[in-house]
Amino acid sequence: MTTVRTHRPTSTPTVEGNVVTDVVTGTEQGTEAAVAAPPELIAGGTAPLVRRKRRRGGKLMDIAAPLAVFAGLIGLWYAVTYLLLDPGRRFLMPPPQDVITEAFLDGPTMEKIGEALWNTIQVTFTGLAIAMVIGISWAVVMSQTKVAERSLFPYAVALQCIPILALVPLIGFWFGYDFPARVIVCVLISLFPIVSNTLFGLQSVDRSQHELFTLHGAGRLTRLTKLQFPAAMPAIFAGFRISAGLSVVGAIVGDVFFRQGEAGLGILLDNFRSRLQGPELFATIIVAALLGIVTFIVFGWLGKLAVGRWYDTSRDAA
Amino acid sequence: MSAPATTRPAAATDTRVLHFRDVAKTFPDGTVALEGVDLDIRRGEFVTVVGPSGCGKSTLLRIASDLSPATSGEVQMDAKRIGYVFQDATLLPWRSVLKNVQLLGELHHMGKQSLNQASRDAIDLVGLTGHEKKLPRELSGGMRMRASLARSLTLDPDLFLFDEPFGALDEITRERLNDELLSMFRAKRFGALFITHSVSEAVYMSTRVLVMSGRPGHIVGSFDVPFGTDRTPELRFTPEFAALAGEVSHALREGHS
Repeated sequence: MTTVRTHRPTSTPTVEGNVVTDVVTGTEQGTEAAVAAPPELIAGGTAPLVRRKRRRGGKLMDIAAPLAVFAGLIGLWYAVTYLLLDPGRRFLMPPPQDVITEAFLDGPTMEKIGEALWNTIQVTFTGLAIAMVIGISWAVVMSQTKVAERSLFPYAVALQCIPILALVPLIGFWFGYDFPARVIVCVLISLFPIVSNTLFGLQSVDRSQHELFTLHGAGRLTRLTKLQFPAAMPAIFAGFRISAGLSVVGAIVGDVFFRQGEAGLGILLDNFRSRLQGPELFATIIVAALLGIVTFIVFGWLGKLAVGRWYDTSRDAA
Repeated sequence: MSAPATTRPAAATDTRVLHFRDVAKTFPDGTVALEGVDLDIRRGEFVTVVGPSGCGKSTLLRIASDLSPATSGEVQMDAKRIGYVFQDATLLPWRSVLKNVQLLGELHHMGKQSLNQASRDAIDLVGLTGHEKKLPRELSGGMRMRASLARSLTLDPDLFLFDEPFGALDEITRERLNDELLSMFRAKRFGALFITHSVSEAVYMSTRVLVMSGRPGHIVGSFDVPFGTDRTPELRFTPEFAALAGEVSHALREGHS
């Protein structure tokens, strides 16, 4: 290869390796609320890209301290039940042992909860899967050109700012009150963290690494698959983890609102509430909470599996 | 490090690989980074540019490699393949040493077999044999830089561009890598353009030292280094070395004031 490059004085030379650490470009569109914080913070989750070493010798405290808080919370629960509520109003907050004996150890109740849980799980993960596909594609498109980012990012922020609850009636109005409508709620509610974290990850690549790829003639696709995607994996998984939790929320919220179709945990919650079935209501709430927690942990674990070899995810360890 | 298996035919060693004629670079903000730079590098020449920080040394490399175009002047790059070694090792943290070394071959669609062979040879040449499976975060700074060198070596470049590659390393590691790079140079006889702000490193490594002065960056002195190719660390303590390093330092101060 022989290249001869003769240059006349020209105007602005282009700068290669279009690395942008400033992810938020919606400034002109008036999205100041979002501009102030990095995307993980907008999403209400933990900042994924901060590394921190765990202190040594804190192992026992790591377990004992949360357990102590747990014991305190149970104590508070008992206190409210027995000290604050008079027996006639105790159904508002039945004591823990009643929740266990009347709900968790009650066959028919658990069957109902199990069925509802399964429906909710299906809605949650279908919605999450769709949000992943849309969110990653959206971020990839934005990562390709500055124009695409400028035109599309404000709408991602808008999606985050609109209270999805306000859209739920409309979604029911358009799509009915069944499975598809519930999935749509989940997608809308869990999309933004995936979009923003993926974009942030794709743009987190060092300038010199981009230049290395430029020097050796890498095209867009090669750059995306061999450089940007692998580099973005920690951020993408942090996004997944936040979104998974939100998707559980979406599934239950949709359920509570629609009150039709296959009953999930939301409908069950509402039924128990209206029938003043305190222990059953509490059991369902606990199951819903566990679903959220387990989902969060599973995605943290998946992230560790995917990038833990080279990226320190100890900060995220649940 | 193993002895070179092949040496290039003598005829190939004096091919010109890089030619700058009256090259200038002005940044969009109006800063003149380079002005009137003439430069010729042939295979078998190790040219080092020494100068203060911010004098446009790195811009020289960016223009040579076409990462950033010159504003005026003529640039001719006759190398089939260039190696570019950045200030930091720029390894991909999710790839093992072996996979990092193979990256450029992948980008150039090199055949699997020849890439495997080239990677093994390069890893051997930089002394990383046995560390192929390690991840960059398990390596010391010096080893990372070796992996980075090996990565470029797989392409067997005619022209090597070095942007202060050893600047972040401690002196002992740096001097050892100097020697290792010299023996690679002896083995491969590429053309090299090496940027540094260490006078001693410049004199030790080069066949020619260029002194650059800043704003706008231009070349204020050129020194041929007469020490041949077989250099040992003792060279640093000879009077001839000291005298030449003194001259280069002097030119550097003159240019700076």
